[in-house]
Amino acid sequence: MNNERPDPDELLARVERNQAKGKRGRLKIFFGAAAGVGKTFAMLQAAHERRAENLDVVVGLAETHGRKETESLLDGFEIIPTRKINYKGKLLEEFDLDAALKRRPSIIVVDELAHSNISGARHPKRWQDIQELLDAGIDVYTAVNVQHLESLNDAIDQISGIKVRETVPDTVFEQADEIELIDLPPDELLLRLKEGKIYLPQQAQNAILNFFQKGNLIALRELALRQTANRVDAQMLDYREDNAIENVWQVSERILVCIGPNGLAERLVRAGKRLATSLRANWFVAYVETPQLQRLSSVKRDAVLRVLRLAEQLGAETVTLSAPDMSEAIIKFSRERNINKIVLGKPSRRGWKRWILGSVVDVLISRAHNINIYLLGSPKNQAEDDLKIASTLKTRTLPGLKQQIPARIRKRYLGYLWASVVTGVSTLVAWLLFNNLELANLVMVYLLGVVFVATRFGRGPSVLASILGVSLFDLLFVQPYFSFSVQDSEYLLTLIGMLIVGLVISNLMANVRSQAKVASVRERRAAVLYAMSRDLASSQTEEEIVRIAVKHMHSEFGSRNVILLPDAIGRIVYPNQDRISESYHGADLSVAQWVFEHNEAAGQGTHTLPGAEAVYFPVHDGNKVLGVLTLLPANLRRIFLPEQQKLLETLLRQTAQALTRIRVSEQAKSTQMQIEAERLRNALLSAISHDLRTPLATIVGSASTLLEDKGQLQPEDKSDLNRAILEEAVRMSNLINNILDMARLDAGVIKLNKQWHPVEEIIGTVLTGLQKHLHGRKVKVNLPSGMPLIFADSVLIEQVLVNLLENALRYTPPETTIDIHVEQLPSEVKIAIADQGPGLPKGRENHLFEKFYQARSEGPQSGVGLGLAICRAIIEAHGGIINARNKPEGGAIFTFSLPNDQPPPVLIEG
Amino acid sequence: MPVIVIIEDDPPIRRFLRTSLRTQDFAICEAATGKQGIIEAEVRKPDLVILDLGLPDMDGVEVINAIRAWSTVPIIILSARSNEENKIQALDAGADDYLTKPFGFGELLARIRVALRHSAQSGALTNSEVFNSGELTIDLHNRVVTVADKEIHLTPIQYRLLTVLIKYPGKVLTHQQILKEVWGPSYQENAHYLRIYMSQLRQKLEADPTQPKYLLTESGVGYRFKA
Repeated sequence: MNNERPDPDELLARVERNQAKGKRGRLKIFFGAAAGVGKTFAMLQAAHERRAENLDVVVGLAETHGRKETESLLDGFEIIPTRKINYKGKLLEEFDLDAALKRRPSIIVVDELAHSNISGARHPKRWQDIQELLDAGIDVYTAVNVQHLESLNDAIDQISGIKVRETVPDTVFEQADEIELIDLPPDELLLRLKEGKIYLPQQAQNAILNFFQKGNLIALRELALRQTANRVDAQMLDYREDNAIENVWQVSERILVCIGPNGLAERLVRAGKRLATSLRANWFVAYVETPQLQRLSSVKRDAVLRVLRLAEQLGAETVTLSAPDMSEAIIKFSRERNINKIVLGKPSRRGWKRWILGSVVDVLISRAHNINIYLLGSPKNQAEDDLKIASTLKTRTLPGLKQQIPARIRKRYLGYLWASVVTGVSTLVAWLLFNNLELANLVMVYLLGVVFVATRFGRGPSVLASILGVSLFDLLFVQPYFSFSVQDSEYLLTLIGMLIVGLVISNLMANVRSQAKVASVRERRAAVLYAMSRDLASSQTEEEIVRIAVKHMHSEFGSRNVILLPDAIGRIVYPNQDRISESYHGADLSVAQWVFEHNEAAGQGTHTLPGAEAVYFPVHDGNKVLGVLTLLPANLRRIFLPEQQKLLETLLRQTAQALTRIRVSEQAKSTQMQIEAERLRNALLSAISHDLRTPLATIVGSASTLLEDKGQLQPEDKSDLNRAILEEAVRMSNLINNILDMARLDAGVIKLNKQWHPVEEIIGTVLTGLQKHLHGRKVKVNLPSGMPLIFADSVLIEQVLVNLLENALRYTPPETTIDIHVEQLPSEVKIAIADQGPGLPKGRENHLFEKFYQARSEGPQSGVGLGLAICRAIIEAHGGIINARNKPEGGAIFTFSLPNDQPPPVLIEG
Repeated sequence: MPVIVIIEDDPPIRRFLRTSLRTQDFAICEAATGKQGIIEAEVRKPDLVILDLGLPDMDGVEVINAIRAWSTVPIIILSARSNEENKIQALDAGADDYLTKPFGFGELLARIRVALRHSAQSGALTNSEVFNSGELTIDLHNRVVTVADKEIHLTPIQYRLLTVLIKYPGKVLTHQQILKEVWGPSYQENAHYLRIYMSQLRQKLEADPTQPKYLLTESGVGYRFKA
């Protein structure tokens, strides 16, 4: 890494941060060490100053606690009325976020950053309300005390003995644009308390009085000052980096906090946070799930999950690693992510256990050379006392994550029963073989039993089988019989060996079993992903993608789902397609809208609107949110366990990618169509400009010659000129007719007037009309007997014939014959026009019917090249087919067929 | 000198008609609107009216209706291409013939002559016992049809159809008009009957039915017996 100049990525990130800040509202926090230092007072004073600067300042919420000086400061402010929420029969007041967003002031004062909202509000916490205000571009003034900062939570606990429940993530504090420390020396604060100037809630009087000890206050003041100083320090660094003042570029620190399923986890995370903040480092929290750990009770796994969530809130990137070897996984991850500091708990194994079984810490120290390792000591009794902690954690598990699985417990007891039975059977077999076999071989019978139990029932039962086996073997087969004592010391070795082998087998088999289980889970997950991606790959429409996603999510998570997509103006709407049994109908569109706009999950089990019935996830393709997955979970655990969460994310991403693919291909299609339209327009323009100008030139020229004639022109010259004018005018007229016909056919203006017509009559009409153009050319008509009828628009079909005949006349020598063949088939009538000319250009037969195509460009025979395109449009409108080819004997043949799908009419008189 | 009233809003076309028709010894009156045209047709007592269907003030069919209220003067309509519906309406309302723009002068003159002859002849046909056109002879009294002196047997409907067509030789008859005269008012929708009988008639009367000499099809409009 280069210490000389800023990392470009870092600079880019800073620019983005500044831009994001520009759009976002600015957050100013009035920060204090304890209640009563005068934060609200200072905040309102500042608000007054802003108002004096003619800024639009409103008060969203201010807790005056009845203090007169503070209340008087509210005078003159517009106050947003609070929202009244009925909570368990009591009418409670809450800050009205929606009213504030609607009012849209430039600055809003919202007191008590750490406040927890009553359930029923959009967010559980007020800081989340404030985030939304900031996102909306509104500046916010708020106040908070130091004890509410998440990372200081346990420090405060240690200082004051009070567990603060209402906490604010440090990120909120760190992202604040301004922090104003409201400081008051502890003595003055105590004086104010004595004077009754500090509001204290009645019920918590004693606890809070304990809190207001001078020692506590000094400690809290120190914390607040230090916190502020850290921030100033960070700002200073930022400033220096922004202005590139000195070579103070630090190698960026990356910290990894490793947690386990014990009570230390939460403290490790907080410690990691503090370390990361002071070093201004990126930090990660990893949980390595070994096969052993996968056997943990769901309560403990939920506790880990909760700690990971906490870490995310504190700004860490969390990861769950699934690996058989904990230290291996940590080292691998550290290398991948360039970690240079690892924080983990002190080893729990001590003494000989640590010496024999090893410890993760020791392995890390010996193998990870360039990584600093920080160990966090555990308070006494804590590490060992997992059970107690687990039970306290249980009360704080996620909503909905409380199901137990009794079937597994029953199965375990069954396993122990089987272990006893198998050992009994082994003993019986050994007893039968006792007289025929060596004692050492009888051991094998028992070990066979242990292997059997281990493969079927896992570690616990097989350990039981080993111990039971060794005891029974000793009791029954080793002299003295029916006693646990051993006469021959040789057998002691046998017994110990047997026990060790039994235990090792148990352990190995248990690991194999759980790895097989992990493998099968992974295999199933891969199968699910494969199945869905296969289905998605073959999907052609958005509806299909949505249906596939909904079905697969249902089969994987057992939930009922719906994917909601925005309409043209970005409003999330219910799809108007057929409902399938897996779809969910009760989605709250306003929640979905929120998720769509904020690109964050909401609903049950999340931090936004946890009271909602369903869970809402954004469907995100990496660039933008495409829609919202709404999912009514059958069981929240199946969605929020880390590996399941990852699976869900992958499924969502696949869905999003499929949606993007469809959209991109649709876009490409429409672009293609636009290009085609553009090409046509250009072709039309050039054709028209050429083909209209040429006859016009003749007409204008001839007419002016005639007009300016002063008797020089001979009568035959005059008639030549007149003929030229007439011919060119007719040519122009035909051209314009063709263009108009094509335009009308393209626009779909033409409605087919289909009726029954004798083919003979149509051909007759055409030939009569073309008589002048035929100039005595021979046209042979081959009609089958029985007068074929076609159901068609005669005017249009006549035009097709006229165009085809004119084409033939134009491109073939005058002495050759043109043949018209009519063939009646059961379901269609085929009409072919064959000439004896030079034939069609090879390989271009199908291009003939394209618009503006000309077999030979610009010559005396040039037209716009619309005639055949019109033919095709007419025939296709009739549901028929037209094509052209060269006859083997020479000349071209154009064939079109018209379907006769209706029964011909019945005549009344024969 | 026959008098022709031209009802047409486009001055160049009026000029072209006026100039060329005067050379053929016709007296010309012009009108640029439908209203004026109706007045001219009433006042001048013309021998023929040339009417453009696309007039600015009123529909051409209304002009025909107004004139037909008191006069049987032949009316030739001028119409834009691919407007069969409009042509049929005008013909059904009583127009005698039509020309599609653009048209040549020769064509126009031929139509005018046919129309004038037809108006002079009208009513004469019933008295004439034998109708003659080229090799085709129809003895109306004895109901005998011959082509090149060979007797042709026709069914009653075929015969009736033929007599309807020769009643107005050279005039365009719409499908509706023919259906009404041959089958009666209730068969107006069954144009395919007419087409099939026309085909049968051609098979019997024409040397080459695909290049007919007598029974011409007016595409999308109706039929005409070529005199």
